[in-house]
Amino acid sequence: MKALTAGITIILNASLMAWTVAADEIEAVLHNSFVAKNQATMERLERDAVQTACSAPRGMPLNNDMLASLRAERLDAVVLPADGKYLGDWQRGAEVAGNGRGLQSSDDPTQPNGGNCYACHQLAPDEVAYGTLGPSLMGYGARGQSEAMLQYTWTKLWDTHAYNLCSHMPRFGAQGILTEQQLKDVMAYLLDPASPVNQAAE
Amino acid sequence: MKRHHLGLTLFAAWLCSVPLAADDGVFNQYRDLMGDDNPAVFVIDEGEELWFMPQGPESATLEACDLGLGPGVTAGAYVRFPRYFADADAVMDLESRLVHCMTTIQGRDLEAVTAKPYSLRGDFGTEMEALVTWLAAESEGATIAPEQTHAAERAMYSLGEEIFYYRAGPHDFSCATCHEQSGMRIRLQALPDLTSHTGAAEAWGSWPAYRISQGLVRTMGWRLRDCFRQQRWPELQMGSEASIALQTYMAVNAAGGTMTAPGLKR
Repeated sequence: MKALTAGITIILNASLMAWTVAADEIEAVLHNSFVAKNQATMERLERDAVQTACSAPRGMPLNNDMLASLRAERLDAVVLPADGKYLGDWQRGAEVAGNGRGLQSSDDPTQPNGGNCYACHQLAPDEVAYGTLGPSLMGYGARGQSEAMLQYTWTKLWDTHAYNLCSHMPRFGAQGILTEQQLKDVMAYLLDPASPVNQAAE
Repeated sequence: MKRHHLGLTLFAAWLCSVPLAADDGVFNQYRDLMGDDNPAVFVIDEGEELWFMPQGPESATLEACDLGLGPGVTAGAYVRFPRYFADADAVMDLESRLVHCMTTIQGRDLEAVTAKPYSLRGDFGTEMEALVTWLAAESEGATIAPEQTHAAERAMYSLGEEIFYYRAGPHDFSCATCHEQSGMRIRLQALPDLTSHTGAAEAWGSWPAYRISQGLVRTMGWRLRDCFRQQRWPELQMGSEASIALQTYMAVNAAGGTMTAPGLKR
């Protein structure tokens, strides 16, 4: 039975993603190469459908039908704010955007997680220590606060794969990295006209 | 040996206090200013002493250790790693090869020599860090040329590539998240593109490196472990198959580049 399951896994992988090394072989190697440390448990090495689909080495052929249905699934699963209010406090949002801690084995699990937006994005013009892996979001608020814009931005933060499957960005809502209130605060940091993100550089 | 560098400590404090330009300019200026001066020279000396120091139940030095070019040959050995060793029937990185020699030649206990391969902040450097630093210096200026003749070495490269792209953990991070594009940075830190020859050669060729902010030499094994900490994964073990596979992936992508280690890093 076990051999049969392994065989099916290999066939699936071969037909969907054409791995050069079988997925269960990689998982066995990882299992023997890592040890749990504090909150970083071994379960974190197990991949869900998005992670598996998005682990193909660059240039690997992908099954587009499978990816399209996966993206649609992610969009369906997005949870919008329960009270219909998207915007929190931009000042608290600024703290979330600058905080790079959370969920590392070295982090205190009793402290709130950060969003670490600045690791990859430019936001407020006066903060020069920003990364460039993601697009600049300086002046993001100019896009306005229409219902469509609010829902789009929320969805991007909640689960980036709902729009752009295999984006590098973490799923801050879907993976429980940030709370609903933290997401609202980040929304305000991006969209509130009073937020530094939407001020001209001094 | 007491290693305390007041000047460097002050510099590190200054680095943290000045408003940095949006590139590595300040640090590069400092590195240029240092020229060939690198505090790692003290660690190189220490590593050489440890190589020739009788240790373990056998009271043996490491001079009988074969790093791939014959027992005791250290010059140019590091740039051929990771490589297959018939006596262990395994592809090894330098760190796991040293562990092999410590246990087989010196008769030392495996658990004891692997208990703490990398120092913590505020510690003195470890024996492993010193040995790796000296052996890297023994290859300084040599061309990076990891062995890829044995089937196990080529399989290790493929495995490394797969692990490089493996996304997992609460943040969905893989090595590729930060290291498959050129010219990117995280905050102000420039990120090498490890899928390209240029990026891989620069990265592989500059570790082990003296980290000014930590006052310690760090090895590539430590660098990988710390990357996975930031990826929110569990802890990567020294000498593990995943560690050796990723080092093989990097070293082969870096082949033809020049070994400049030990490097000097922020």
